[in-house]
Amino acid sequence: MSDVSLDIGQGLFIGMLGPNGAGKTTLMRTVLGLIRPAGGSIRVLGEPASRGNAAVGYIPQLRSLAGNMRLRGWDFVASACNGHRWGLPILSRAARQEVYWALDMVGATELARRPLMETSGGERQRLLLAQALLGRPRLLLLDEPLISLDPHHQHGVVTLVKQVQQELGITVIFSAHELNPLLGAIDQVLYLGRGQAALGKVDEVITKPVLSRLYGSNIDVIRMKNRIFVMAGDVEVEKEEHCHHA
Amino acid sequence: MLEFDFMQNAFIAGGLVSVLAGVVGFFLVMRGQTFAGHALSHVGFAGATGAALLGLSPMWGLIWVTLLGGVSMGALGERLQGSDIVIGTILSLALGLGMLFLHFFTAYATQATALLFGNVLGVNTDTLWTLAWLGMACLLLLAIMARPLVFASLQPELAEAKGVSLRQVSMLFLAIVALTTAECIQIVGVLLVFTLMVGPAATAQKLTSHLGTGVLLAALLALAEAWLGITLAFYTDWPTSFWITALSSSAYLAVTVLRMQRNRRPLASAV
Repeated sequence: MSDVSLDIGQGLFIGMLGPNGAGKTTLMRTVLGLIRPAGGSIRVLGEPASRGNAAVGYIPQLRSLAGNMRLRGWDFVASACNGHRWGLPILSRAARQEVYWALDMVGATELARRPLMETSGGERQRLLLAQALLGRPRLLLLDEPLISLDPHHQHGVVTLVKQVQQELGITVIFSAHELNPLLGAIDQVLYLGRGQAALGKVDEVITKPVLSRLYGSNIDVIRMKNRIFVMAGDVEVEKEEHCHHA
Repeated sequence: MLEFDFMQNAFIAGGLVSVLAGVVGFFLVMRGQTFAGHALSHVGFAGATGAALLGLSPMWGLIWVTLLGGVSMGALGERLQGSDIVIGTILSLALGLGMLFLHFFTAYATQATALLFGNVLGVNTDTLWTLAWLGMACLLLLAIMARPLVFASLQPELAEAKGVSLRQVSMLFLAIVALTTAECIQIVGVLLVFTLMVGPAATAQKLTSHLGTGVLLAALLALAEAWLGITLAFYTDWPTSFWITALSSSAYLAVTVLRMQRNRRPLASAV
């Protein structure tokens, strides 16, 4: 991305969208301090972006390795508790309570007793959310948590994130391939494309002129019964992206 | 049988090495790097025979070369991750080099079988001390790095974001794996390292979903298999390595069958 200036307000639920390669994951990694911006600066909660910032929670895309393990959810979640410090992974009483608090926040206390391989995709997202809440972050970054979930579970994840976001009053940046599952939950949308970005309310950003600029081609926006379809000619762009990804 | 010195030594060596192998193997299985462990033992074969050819101690040749191999694998990191072909090629090259060194130094060839298949009944007191010191160093290092190791193994991207150096963790851990492999070779030999490092750990992970219990169980299983194997070898006069592999694979097979039956039952009742 170049020549983009954004200011994301605190306490908002932001849906991040855009075609593959638009820089969604890169933007998240920059906020996490894993990548330095090629130019300009990025400030996270008033501080320059730095690696290991406890105020930033993160859910990476779950890799298949962890999902195939017999290890129970509790140990998986707790591994993030002070996980960067040297020593034996024995948790103090305070740390254990922090894990119980996070599991309770997402309603996964029972779930955490089961082995990971016996949990569904939606249940794993629940555990990942609990893990991201350890250390009580004020900003939460979620990288494509809806990927490979069916519509019912997608709705469950979005509702849960929204509920946690409001209860804790934190900022959430939620990247996704499709807008519709997020409608009704997000306060603003951040749309990336062709090195540019647009941030604002859904009605301000998901429009013919803004998206045509971001895609660099003629885009139509069709609204139907609280659902929005972004079309390039005869093709629905998000559907197209999704198929490419799979 | 414990009235014999060589049997006492065998039990001590077997005990030291198997506990270490069980613990380190648990993390190796958790990280999905078992093939790397297998390859390191073959690299060790070239190290031991090469050292013998140069007139150096084969055991220290083995230790240094596996250690070098482990650290390089860790440094290459993600580029080597899951690259079975690269690891497999290095593995066969190492074995081939070992053969070449033996060809030039035929006097050592009598030792080749011991190196390939292990000779726990031939461990002397000096070797015992080396095994003890190295084993303690490995366990100490593992205890120091355990927390970031678990974090980086389960959630690499998150661990990286929280400030864990994945490369550092990988290099340190594979150094531990290399030293553990070198120790295992003394007991079961180059070709059968899997049996002590992976067998008990994989069995333990099928038995429990608790992290701590799993590590403990892997160590106990490895210890039981090693000691029982030595005992059976004493009474049957069959090779110890055979008995350890037989016990290790039987335990894994039994637990797998048990798991499959237990998983099938709730399905059957649901239908």
